[in-house]
Amino acid sequence: MSDLAQPVPLSVPVRTAPAFAVTSRQVVPLLLVAPLVLYMVVLYALPVASMLLRSINEPGWTLQHYRDLMTDSVFFNTLSNTLYTAVIVTLGTLVLGYPVALALVRAKRLAPLILVIVLLPFWTSVLVRSYAWMVLLGRHGLINEALLASELIDRPLRLLNTPLAVQIGMIHILLPYMILPVANALRQIDPSLARAAAGLGSPPWRTFLQVTLPLSIPGVAAGALLVFVLSLGFYITPAMLGGPRDITLSMLIANQVDQLNWAYAACLSTVLLVTALIIIALCRRLPGIGNAFKMSAR
Amino acid sequence: MKVARLLPQSVVGLILLFLAFPMVVVFAVSFSSANYLTFPPPALGLKWYRAYFGSENWLNPTWLSLWVAAAVVVLSTILGTLAALGIARLPRALKVLVSGLILSPMIVPVIVVAIGVYYAFSKYGLVGQPIALVLAHTCLAVPFVVTSVTATLAGIDPRLEQAALSLGASPRGTFFQITLPLIRPGILVGALFAFITSFDELIVALFLSGQGAVTLPRRMWEDLRYAIDPTIAAVSTLTIVLTAVLLGTAHLLRRRAEQTRTLTASS
Repeated sequence: MSDLAQPVPLSVPVRTAPAFAVTSRQVVPLLLVAPLVLYMVVLYALPVASMLLRSINEPGWTLQHYRDLMTDSVFFNTLSNTLYTAVIVTLGTLVLGYPVALALVRAKRLAPLILVIVLLPFWTSVLVRSYAWMVLLGRHGLINEALLASELIDRPLRLLNTPLAVQIGMIHILLPYMILPVANALRQIDPSLARAAAGLGSPPWRTFLQVTLPLSIPGVAAGALLVFVLSLGFYITPAMLGGPRDITLSMLIANQVDQLNWAYAACLSTVLLVTALIIIALCRRLPGIGNAFKMSAR
Repeated sequence: MKVARLLPQSVVGLILLFLAFPMVVVFAVSFSSANYLTFPPPALGLKWYRAYFGSENWLNPTWLSLWVAAAVVVLSTILGTLAALGIARLPRALKVLVSGLILSPMIVPVIVVAIGVYYAFSKYGLVGQPIALVLAHTCLAVPFVVTSVTATLAGIDPRLEQAALSLGASPRGTFFQITLPLIRPGILVGALFAFITSFDELIVALFLSGQGAVTLPRRMWEDLRYAIDPTIAAVSTLTIVLTAVLLGTAHLLRRRAEQTRTLTASS
């Protein structure tokens, strides 16, 4: 320890000032950041890390819990259900979100109204929005009552507590995360490109397919990444709208913690976290993704 | 030609309806006179608002949520604003590392954060204490403050600070008279987002609330599992209105921030 404190002799003494001189320009930023960094390390990073460590040190250092996971059918069913739901929700938000993003960018007078309709649900709690879907999809909910009244069906449909209900609720909740990055990408497209295409005789649909759509792909990729990663962690909506078999990784983790099964819960948390991080790392290489995380500031 | 324009417009209209309609339904159900969930309501009334305002079981969690959110706002705004000021001046490598740590709660699944803090806090007997919720919610709220203040800082003309310093102002005076007034809208927007984050938070509360610190979302969650009566719709409507008011305020503040920015650009 003591020789670390000694200044390391410089082989090439180029500077006259001591190598360790620190100016207030360097110290002040560190002092400003220090309280929050300390806070986050003590109250967030260390607790999460020590929880995750229980997946490999109970009892003693072992990978046995991960080996058990490999033959665990509950885990694989839950993982595949979580991934499948995330894929459906990502596709759903893309199909529904793209037209709205386009309208948001192209509409002139109605743009503020569209933005309010997109943003207000965005900031309403997930709990309230999932509850709203319970009201709509329930046995005596609006959709069933309307279908019964129009005599299209003679018995209420089972809509609530199905995978479909979870998908609809999650698409509703995550739609703004798709709309905003796509609208952002569309806004950055030079309008003279579309005019040039039209001037050269391209019909509107062709201009859209060959000019606008390809140029908006970075926004689509950013939105899809965001929606996919956020869907992986969903807990409240599947718990409220899904049936007993529609279990996500987050629900399984909570369930295992309730049973004080910490090693298993820690394994599952590691899998969930690593899956999310891998997807983010892979997609970081795509162009225009950097903005996705600014968008995740809601 | 007309069909070609009307078709996409009606599709967009339907999708917007999909976004807005659930909120409208909650709103309508909250004014229902019926004892069960039904839509459209048979008659209108304020029965469920009376049920909410007349029940300790609802008001106590509401007060707790408001207090916790207020404490989170104070803590995350101070820590987050200081950090944002520091991050802007850090060397690049350190900047990436520090902002990675601070912003990570935005992408780490909340359940992982929730059981992590539950695991640590339960060792110190903090579960069921409001302070535990304040400490944990601050971790979730602080990224919003940091991103908001950082964005405002990036829009400030550095020449303003340089001018103040060269005219003989002390670094302290420059900060309080130049920088702080300029970033104030960003700080306030961050504070509002921090408030909403804590006020609406459920997953961490499911683990940390225990018996002693039941927040409003936690109370709603429990109610949803046993009896679904329209009191929840009334509570939901009130939170939607609160959110809308806060968002409107944030929007006005942002507009003001943009005005200061254009002023600095032209000066």
